[in-house]
Amino acid sequence: MRIGVMICHCGNNIAATVDVEAVAAAAREFPDVVFATDHMYACSDPGQKTLEQTIRDLKLDGVVVASCSPRMHEVTFRRAVERAGLNRYMFEMANIREHVAWISLDRKRNTEKATDLVRMAVEKLRHDRPLTPKSFDVQKRVLIVGGGVAGIQAALDCADGGLDVVLVERKASIGGLMSQFDKTFPTIDCSVCVLGPKMVDAGQNPRITLHALSEVDEVSGYVGNFEVKIKKHATYVDWSKCTGCGACQEKCPSKKVPDAFNENVSLTTAIGIPFPQAIPKRATINAAYCLKLTKGKCGACEKVCPTGAIAYDMTDEVVTEKVGAIIVATGIDLFDHRKCGEYGAGRYPDVVTSIAYERMLSASGPTAGHIKRPSDGREPKTVVFISCVGSRDRSLNRPYCSGFCCMYTAKQAILTRDHIPDSRAYVFYMDIRANGKGYEEFVRRAQEEYGVEYVRGRVAQIHPDPETGKLIVRGADTLLGRQVEVAADLVVLAVGAEASHGAPELAEKLRISYDAYGFFMESHPKLRPVETNTVGVFLAGACQGPKDIPASVAQASAAAGKVLGLLSKDKLESDPQIAQVAANRCIGCGKCERTCPFGAIRMRELRDGSKRAEVVETVCQGCGICSVTCPVRAIQLQNFTDSQLLAEVNALCRTWDETTES
Amino acid sequence: MSTPMRTPIGPIDIEAERDLAFMAAVAEQSGQDLKSCYQCGNCTAGCDYSHDYDIPVHQVMRLVQLGRRDEALSCRSIWLCATCQACTTRCPNNIEVARVMDVLRHMARAEGRTPERLVKTFADGFLASVARHGRVFEVGLAMAFAILSGKPMQDAGLGPAMLTRGKLAILPHKPGGEGQREVAEIFRRFREGPRHAPGGTKTTAAPGGEAAK
Repeated sequence: MRIGVMICHCGNNIAATVDVEAVAAAAREFPDVVFATDHMYACSDPGQKTLEQTIRDLKLDGVVVASCSPRMHEVTFRRAVERAGLNRYMFEMANIREHVAWISLDRKRNTEKATDLVRMAVEKLRHDRPLTPKSFDVQKRVLIVGGGVAGIQAALDCADGGLDVVLVERKASIGGLMSQFDKTFPTIDCSVCVLGPKMVDAGQNPRITLHALSEVDEVSGYVGNFEVKIKKHATYVDWSKCTGCGACQEKCPSKKVPDAFNENVSLTTAIGIPFPQAIPKRATINAAYCLKLTKGKCGACEKVCPTGAIAYDMTDEVVTEKVGAIIVATGIDLFDHRKCGEYGAGRYPDVVTSIAYERMLSASGPTAGHIKRPSDGREPKTVVFISCVGSRDRSLNRPYCSGFCCMYTAKQAILTRDHIPDSRAYVFYMDIRANGKGYEEFVRRAQEEYGVEYVRGRVAQIHPDPETGKLIVRGADTLLGRQVEVAADLVVLAVGAEASHGAPELAEKLRISYDAYGFFMESHPKLRPVETNTVGVFLAGACQGPKDIPASVAQASAAAGKVLGLLSKDKLESDPQIAQVAANRCIGCGKCERTCPFGAIRMRELRDGSKRAEVVETVCQGCGICSVTCPVRAIQLQNFTDSQLLAEVNALCRTWDETTES
Repeated sequence: MSTPMRTPIGPIDIEAERDLAFMAAVAEQSGQDLKSCYQCGNCTAGCDYSHDYDIPVHQVMRLVQLGRRDEALSCRSIWLCATCQACTTRCPNNIEVARVMDVLRHMARAEGRTPERLVKTFADGFLASVARHGRVFEVGLAMAFAILSGKPMQDAGLGPAMLTRGKLAILPHKPGGEGQREVAEIFRRFREGPRHAPGGTKTTAAPGGEAAK
């Protein structure tokens, strides 16, 4: 075998603390190595050209590159050896940057360790065999989890690109948080007026199958061929018959149901349509409040329904969808202000969250767009906004900035002054984060044109004044260096973003990573912002981290673009680094079948009744668990066989022996 | 209300006037990460003694962040702080602000800086009383404070009412059992000076330590 070795300087990243020429010189003495050199940047165009030329000129059978992590450039070099006519698996990479140069300044020992790693890679390469990927068919359908503005945008873009879309939404209607907003910054245009048409499009598009009041139950399979079980919660109304006429809602006698869409500011009925623009515009029964379902009496809705759609005996149903790719767009929840005892912990009715205030501002909201104090229905004259509630707060385990609160607070303050011209609006803030197009100008407008008073400091406490019925807001003006107080009629808490409830559980079903706060992890923070580490699963919107509407929509279109690119191919190549069974050694014990986390192993019965394990190549993820489970070493992971790994171990132990002897 | 003390005129040379040793000492003795303060002002907002302070507590923190030793140690606020810990409770960055104030007070005291003489007088008298009796003897403390403060009659009017309601005893109560001996032992240990704990961590001075000397 003829092996070539290239040691990369990586500029100064490696060369500063590793004697790369000494490593190359040492490599020339390794068995089968016919050529070894060092290069300033192996990954650069000249570096790759040198590699290709050397393979051709010296008729090499395999190549070792000692440079950075394989996560960085393995694909680059595999392509280079392939261009030079070699099989891409006749290539090994030794990581002497992250594993050597970056972790120690000891040049002598770094050089020794780098040499060891190259020796191991050479020994591995001597046991490598060419591998050929297989191709398989793909499902040209995409699952989108979450029907907020990001999910809707992704669904419309994918459908537009010719894919069939399965859109799953946990609530009874798509629309998400954006459907609850009154206006949007920095344009003050009506939120549902711009979102509504998109919702209707998503509902009417023949390519989009909508599952509302549904959740992803189980995900199996792999890129190109996912199988997803979707749990459709019982609506107790046959949506194929319901016309959304609303007659049931008018007659329902259970009228004291907290209205979740209106953030419980008002009450609604046990049956109904969540809001006028809901998609699908279908009625749902809230089983916890329905008299028929709780007490067995009533049945008013059944009597008035003109189409006979009411179905009290409906149960949850599980449907299975096959898709080639998945976009996760589950969005965010808002911080629960009841964790803030100093702001009343939800006990003071006139201390409301920003999203509840948003509903109060909305013309279709519980107060028909008139701002009223929840306690007595009076119009507030002094409204105080408190920023960073559940943001930038380590004591609440929310150290991150939610990014959009500064902007919606400016918007709400402007709207307050607009709705009640003789009102005063105060904003307690720490810093103003307004780094979007037109955002800074918008905040300045709030201050200059609308006279909103900005006070730089946090608020320590709110306590009610029993005599005046006002709320005494005690804060600091750090610019003045004084404690300050405002007697407010209404206090609005700018609650921050937090991961959607159930996000970690969904991540585990999808086998994607999430951070300490439950936000999903992108594959690379800069260069792979919509991909996850599970091939075929993409991210859109705030589920990846707090985002405002423009950023969510942009990321949704980006994710849709990625999916359209992926599924534009009729066939995908499978990774050949998967388990393989040596049928002559397999004793049919079935341990591998039981241990495989992906269900990729089947037991096949031979004509003599004996059994043999068999790997379903498209399902196997190459994790290697079966390989270590097999009692007779009959099942081996390709490119990571026992003989290959032992060759590396031997190479390492041999150098260790030599060092200790000397 | 007095205005915060400031260098009278001209810009401050923040680099040249930065006392790094002071910053490190406050951080070490308080065990707090002073860099994590982002000056939100919540400590000041929640402080119930701000009205008497010459420098609000968030600005005391800022003085420490900038290593302005003289200003930090000569302010009245560190003597007026009641250690109610509202600041510590409110801090979004988990800084024990009250502890920082405490450390500053000790540093000031060690240098003989006592802008609030009465606070020191009271603390000294309190500890002297505990050292002698094993617990505080209120009437003795009140009389001593009245004389030393130079305003002997300021609280005298409260005396009869408190006596008749049993709030004050004419003679000192001694703690029962081993109490007095145990308290005396605490003062003895303190007089011997700070020792290094077995784990090698340095113990910081106990509150009011100077008084016992």
